[in-house]
Order: sequence, then structure tokens, then C-alpha cells
Amino acid sequence: MSQRVAIVGIAQTTFQSAKRAQNYAELVHEVVSELFTKTGATHDDVDNIVSASSDFWDGRTISNMAIQDVVGAYMKSESKVSSDGTLAVLYGMMRILSGQYKTTLVVAHSKGSEGTPNLIANAAFDPIYQRQLGIDGLSASALQARRYMEKYGVSEEEVALVSVKNLANARKNPYAQVAGEFTVDDVMQSGYLAEPIKKLEASPISDGACALLLAREDLVDRFTDKPVWLKGVGHCQDCYYLGDRDLAESEALAVAAQRAYAMAGIRDPGKEIDVAEVYDAFSYQELMWTEILGLCPRGEGVELIRSGVSTIDGTLPVNPSGGVLAAHAVIVAGLVRVAEAALQLRGEAGQHQISGVKTALAHGSFGYCGQMHCVWILSNEK
Amino acid sequence: MPKSVAIIGSGQTNHTSRRADVNIPELIKEAVDRALADADLTIDDIDAVVIGNMEHFEGINLSDMWASEGSGAVMKPAMKIATGGTTGASVAACAYYHCASGLFDRVLAIGWEKLSESDTTTGIITAFDPIVERLTLAGAVGGLAIEANLYMTSYGITQEQVAKAAVMARKNAQRNPHAHLKLDLTVEQVLHSPMIAYPIHYLDMCPTSDGACAVIFASEDVARKSAHPPAWVKAAVCRHNHPYIGDVDWRKNTLESAAIEAYRLAGITNPRRELDVIELYDPASFALLSWIESLHICGPGEGGKMIDAGAITMEGDIPVNPSGGVISTNPIGATALIRVAEAALQIQGKADARQVEGVRTALATGFGGSYWSEVFILGRTP
Amino acid sequence: MRREEGKEYLYITLHTELPYQYSAGRYMSRFLTTLRDEAKILASRCTQCGTVLVPPRVVCGNCFAEMKDFVEVGPRGTLKTFSVINFPFIDPFTGVQRPVPYGYAIVQLDGCDNWLPHFLDEIDVQKLRIGLRVEAVFKPREEREGAMTDILHFRVIGDRSRESSPEGEVS
Repeated sequence: MSQRVAIVGIAQTTFQSAKRAQNYAELVHEVVSELFTKTGATHDDVDNIVSASSDFWDGRTISNMAIQDVVGAYMKSESKVSSDGTLAVLYGMMRILSGQYKTTLVVAHSKGSEGTPNLIANAAFDPIYQRQLGIDGLSASALQARRYMEKYGVSEEEVALVSVKNLANARKNPYAQVAGEFTVDDVMQSGYLAEPIKKLEASPISDGACALLLAREDLVDRFTDKPVWLKGVGHCQDCYYLGDRDLAESEALAVAAQRAYAMAGIRDPGKEIDVAEVYDAFSYQELMWTEILGLCPRGEGVELIRSGVSTIDGTLPVNPSGGVLAAHAVIVAGLVRVAEAALQLRGEAGQHQISGVKTALAHGSFGYCGQMHCVWILSNEK
Repeated sequence: MPKSVAIIGSGQTNHTSRRADVNIPELIKEAVDRALADADLTIDDIDAVVIGNMEHFEGINLSDMWASEGSGAVMKPAMKIATGGTTGASVAACAYYHCASGLFDRVLAIGWEKLSESDTTTGIITAFDPIVERLTLAGAVGGLAIEANLYMTSYGITQEQVAKAAVMARKNAQRNPHAHLKLDLTVEQVLHSPMIAYPIHYLDMCPTSDGACAVIFASEDVARKSAHPPAWVKAAVCRHNHPYIGDVDWRKNTLESAAIEAYRLAGITNPRRELDVIELYDPASFALLSWIESLHICGPGEGGKMIDAGAITMEGDIPVNPSGGVISTNPIGATALIRVAEAALQIQGKADARQVEGVRTALATGFGGSYWSEVFILGRTP
Repeated sequence: MRREEGKEYLYITLHTELPYQYSAGRYMSRFLTTLRDEAKILASRCTQCGTVLVPPRVVCGNCFAEMKDFVEVGPRGTLKTFSVINFPFIDPFTGVQRPVPYGYAIVQLDGCDNWLPHFLDEIDVQKLRIGLRVEAVFKPREEREGAMTDILHFRVIGDRSRESSPEGEVS
């Protein structure tokens, strides 16, 4: 990248199962106001907006219409990424790199409480072959979990370690929805939702919003003395039908990671990355994704946890925030991974702060069983 | 200044009311194949895909995921952009920023809709606030009817003048093999067609179509080496409005605001003289008169005189919609991208029977959301 | 028997119901409860520019100031534009066809800077024109439930030119 773009402001709401007191505009207003308070920015400082939200989850064609005034879009350029929030950051950055814009407000919102989650998830399966089977995100992921565990010889108890780690981390995160000190046994006894996925291994469905302010290099100082630089990004989409992929693998994630690492000049991700926020919508996914991201060899994701490497006091903590298992506002959750990575780089992660973070990875995913992946490398050093 | 980007190829399906012979990915693939052939490229040459449609129009959540079977996005960076009627233009803008950012060289922009598969008016109603506005809104027809009434009453525009525009557009469509409605009409026929929502007659209104459009954007270096003359993007501007219908001030419209900025970027001081052709997003025939006023092609209230004088016909000094426009063809997610594709064809001299002679500068618009606008200006040189 | 491609194209029909519960939120809840309990229409006023907007909302989109004041507006207003909807379509709220024809009014309520869409009880366009005075007709108290349907429709009460005439003019 010839020019540089930085995250200069970060705000997120708490994540809850139902925020009945707020409609979409009020929810987003909360997070945008906080962002402006923190950065000292006003609407005159923002020259364009990229949002991310879902028409299906919002029950609204053109889901971004509700938030136009609260993001200050009147007579400005706003566009909506109908995909994970990590891609909204990418689009926001591209607009600045083009030279046409200087500052992008990136915002994502979702309220899982207003719709009917399994019907919405089921509607993502094509109506001709798959939808009538009643398949949804949970049941599709159960197929993937089983395939991964079988192929790499990972036991249910080992997968449960992810929930134990992340939900304990979440106790230190004031924005988390689900948190607690659980044992492997607690996870094992929490009841199958779709075998082998148990209740404490499935992310909740949350209401919440997240916002970032991106700025061109020469304007960064106006908003912060702790910019977080966007150093590398890669995204890649896999094929659609679950039967067309080996669900234990994800070439799309491998390609996305390679692209992000190449752009950021990362050669040995396991050594060079100080903290990772990955998209663990289900516990097994953290194991799969960390392996394919090259943070450890294939099949050894669980070793990262057991050896203490990926625990909060390890050398490469994964999901110190509690990850998606702790809060999952659809589409927002990817943006929150970027936000949490940025908070770590600013030293503002509070109780779950990792010391000495210089390089952080944030990962988002979209589509079932990780059909699309986006990987970000962020740094507090230019 | 933004980096130079050009359109190097495009393809469209032959749009019609119902494509029973193809499913959604197959429909998309048809347009993609035609665009690749037009640019003498294969899918391997494409670096990234941007796709868009409106999910509730077919009832497909995460529609870009299923679409990957036809879009060519498999194992490529891909993202979905969805902004209502403007979707196709928002997709084009996103593809433009992909290239202008310097991150990608050849980006495939795809817009599609298969409106035969569900009720479009129902889908459009849900674009608006669920508590106050859905109760009474009658989809796009209702929203446009109130604007048409206000415009025609304010300036004394007659139903005959509006009907003339409808006749012109359908006559133009007869020269476009991709157009849906190629009707040979008289003003009397339009005026005697049912009054679906005063003052809009059935034959004043756009149809609902099945169709897809694909446009290939390229970075400056790649475009210069293209086998075909490219159409250079001189301006890409978007303007949004307040979220409620009742908030919209039609005297301060987004189209005018976007056009003023686009003219500034493209260095245009006299649009009537400097533009050679316009592809206007005309969801109803009155827009052909009213919205060219917003584009400063004529003064306020002079749209009627423009049609009476024949200025916007194929033989006029500023032909509008040689393609037949939206009132001839409307697969919503593709509709605004078709405007961009048709403007590019005019620049490239590839518009066949609908070619306007000697086009050097062309303007395309998108309309959607709560009266949002996008404007593109294309030219023969960067 | 060998099937020939192109002879038969099938459709898979889904009749999925997809229910939602839309949060009205802080501002709109107050608007709806006031409509229900007092048959009054509330708007929000911008503390910065003074603009009065209905329905009330958290932010004034013109100056991005948080709206804090609620003011009563209407129930009378001026017809700013209108249509009469004649074509059939499925109402997303009910899943069945919305009854047509119906009058579609865009009303500027007295005391308000923006406009409000609602039903109009007149469907003869010959009797309608922009600028007519209109008035909200509320459902009886016992039928009001805290929804926009607590206003049945707007009815025409006269010409703008007769606006200043005494109350008795409404009939």
C-alpha cells in the first residue's frame, strides 16, 4: 500500500440477548456518539460512511436505511456491505486509498432478537436443493465439527477447552454477553444442540453495534495519538455447497491469510503475531481457524490451548475478549474482532489487555461453515 | 486525485419477465460469461468480485454465497453490496474503489435480480420504517406517485408530456436486444392504460424483470493495455438522504447534489453541451423529465419542454436512455449497473443499433433507498 | 423414458413465514403510547436548529444534534402531495392483499417541518389537490393499541384559502 490508513477511533455497545429499549437508529446512535466523543470528531470530519448489516436479520430491505441520519449520511456517500464487518473495514480503507476520501466511518449493527434466527439461517440455503432439509447454521456447523474432529483426531473434550478458555476470558470483557468459569465437564454436560456441538460451544445471538473511524495518514493526529495501522488484508470466498468442500479444510482461509501476511510482510505468523481475535462462532472453529491461519500445525489447535500459548497469559493469546463465543451480533462480530485487536494495540483492552502487543490479527467469516474469510493484520507501528 | 480506473468490458442477459430456464447462479453466469467474452478475458484474469441484489426480492439470505456458483467468485476475494435500487451503481462504485485503491487490477462487478420469484412491491415496502411508513406505502409505485404529483403540479407538467417520455423510452428499447419491454406505443395508449397510482399510469411504470449485468473494471495500467477501447471513470459520486419518506425535501435532492459534485470532478461546466448521452435511472416516466432538471440539463420545470422539443430523443442534442431505460427493463439489483454498462458501451462505440454518434462523455445514474442517488461520468480519456 | 433438456422447467414453492418483532425504541414508544392514550401526535424538536420532525427520533439528520424535546403537532395539517393506489399487491404485514383502492396522503402537520404519510379517506382525484386542509381521524379509545393504525386516516376538512375561518367549518 502506497498510502497508509489507520483506525483512529473505536466504539462498541455492550452485547445482550435483547436490547428492546433501542431501535436500530438508537442502537447505532449510541455507538457513533461514543466514537465521536472519544475522537473529538464531528460529522464534518467524516466524508463518507461504510456500513454493514443484513436485510434478513433486520427484517428490512435496505437495512442501512434506518441508520442514515445517525451516521450522518445526509447528502454524503454511504454504502452498505451485506457481509461480515471485516469487509466493511476493507471497503472503508479502499475508499481512502483511492484518494477520493479522507475519513471513513465504518459501522455495523444487528439485533438478533427481532427476527427468527433459525429461519433466517435456513434462508441462506438454496431453496432448490438444501433449504427444505431444514438445515441452518448450527446443523451445518455440526457437520463441519464432526468432519474436522474425525480427520484430525480431536475429541469432544479437547474441543470443549476452547469454550473453557474463551468464556473465562470473557469475564474480563465488559461488552461480553456470555462469560463464566466453566470446566470441560460443564461444557460436556451443557447439552447437545446438534451433536457434537453443545450449548456452551455455540455462540449466542446478540444485539449490538460497533463503529470504527478510519483516517488517511496525514489526518491521523487530529483524532488520536494512538493510531492503529492497517497493514495487511486478504479475503477469499469458497464454493457454496457444503458437499463441494472438504469441511475439515478451508483453502479460502489459507488464501486470505497468505494475502494478508504478504501485504503486511509477515513471514512466521506464529512468532510475529502477538494476539489474535478469530471468528469462533462455535468452539471447534477456533481450533480449525488458528491451524489454517498458520498459528500452529494442522491438528494441533488444541495444543495451543493446552500448552498455554493461546491462553490470555500465553505468548499468542487467541480471543482474549472471549471471542464470538462471548458475543455474536451477526455481521457486527467480525468488526468487533478488528475493534478488539485495535484496543489491544492501543493498550486499551482493560482487564483483558495483553502486554507488549505490536502486531495483531483479526479474522472475520461469512456464509456457513466459513465460506468466506477475511484476515486483517494490524499494528501500532507504521 | 483518485487514480484512473476504466471499464474494459460488460455483459447482460436478455432481460425478460420470467427466466424459467435458469436458476439464480445460472442467470448470473450468463452475464458474467458475456462480460468476460466482451473483454477477451477468462475468469482466471479476474482479481476480485463485487456482487449485489436485494435479498428479500427472492427470499435468499446471503445471496452472494449461493451466487458464487455463477459469479466466478470461488477462491477469489468477493464482497456483496446492497443498497436497494441503487445497488447496481453501488456495486459499480465498490468495484471502482477496488481498482482506484491500487489493491486490485481487474474487478468484476455484478448486479442481478430474479424478480419473478417473489412479490417485488412487498419487498420494497419493507425497505421503509416498519412502524410508521409501511402501513400506507405501496412500494416504488406509491413512493414515485407522490413525487410525480408534486413535480407535475408544481410546474404544470401534463400527463401527455409524461406519456411522451414513456413512448420514447419504449421506442428506444426496440433497438436494444437486452431490453425487456420493446413496445411500440402511442401517447393515447399510455394515457388510456390503467391509472395504477395517480398520476402514474400502468405504461408509465417500470416492469419487474429477471436479469443480470456484469461490468469489468480495471486499473489504469491494465486498461491502457486492454484490447478494446476502455470507458474511463471520470467521476463516481453517491448522495444519501434522510430515512423517512416524510423527511425528503424534493427541492434539495440527492441527484442534483451528486451531479454537481460529479461535474466538478469531471471538469464539466455546461452539462447540456458537454454530455453526449445520459443513461438515467427512470423508474417511472415522469423521472425522464424531472430528473434531467436535477442534472442541470435544463432549468427547473423545463423537462416538459425538453420532451416536446425532442431534445432527449435519439435524434436530439442530448439523448436520454438509448437503451430504453428502467421503464423498459428492471431487474432491480442489476438496473443501476445496466445504466453504467450502457454508458460505457456508448463511450466504447459498442452500442450497436442504439449507438449515439460520437459519444465522448456519458453520464449514468442510480436511484434507490429513501431517494438516494449515484452518478457516474464516463469518458474516452482518463 | 429419456427426458429432453428444455422441455420442462420446475419451480420449488416456499410458503415460509418469517416473523419479526421490531423494537419501536425510546422515541417511537413515547410517540405510540401518546397516540394510544391521548390521541395526540408527538414530534421531536431539535435543540440546535429548532426543526420539528415527526415521528420523533434520536437525531436531527440536518445538524446531527440529539433530539431532546417532544412537542405536540397536528392533528390538522396540509396535504403536500397524494396518490390513489389502485393496483393489487401483498401487504408484508398481513401476507394478504392490501385492500385497494386507497388514498395515500403526505401531510404536513401543523407545527411540523417534515411530512407524514398516511391513508386519505378520499379516493376521487377530482376532489383532491395539493394544499387542501386535512385532519387526523383517530380510532375510539378502546380500539387504540399503540400503532400507526390508531389514526384511521386523514380526512379533508377544506381549502387552504378557508383555513382561517371559524371552527364550525369542519363537518
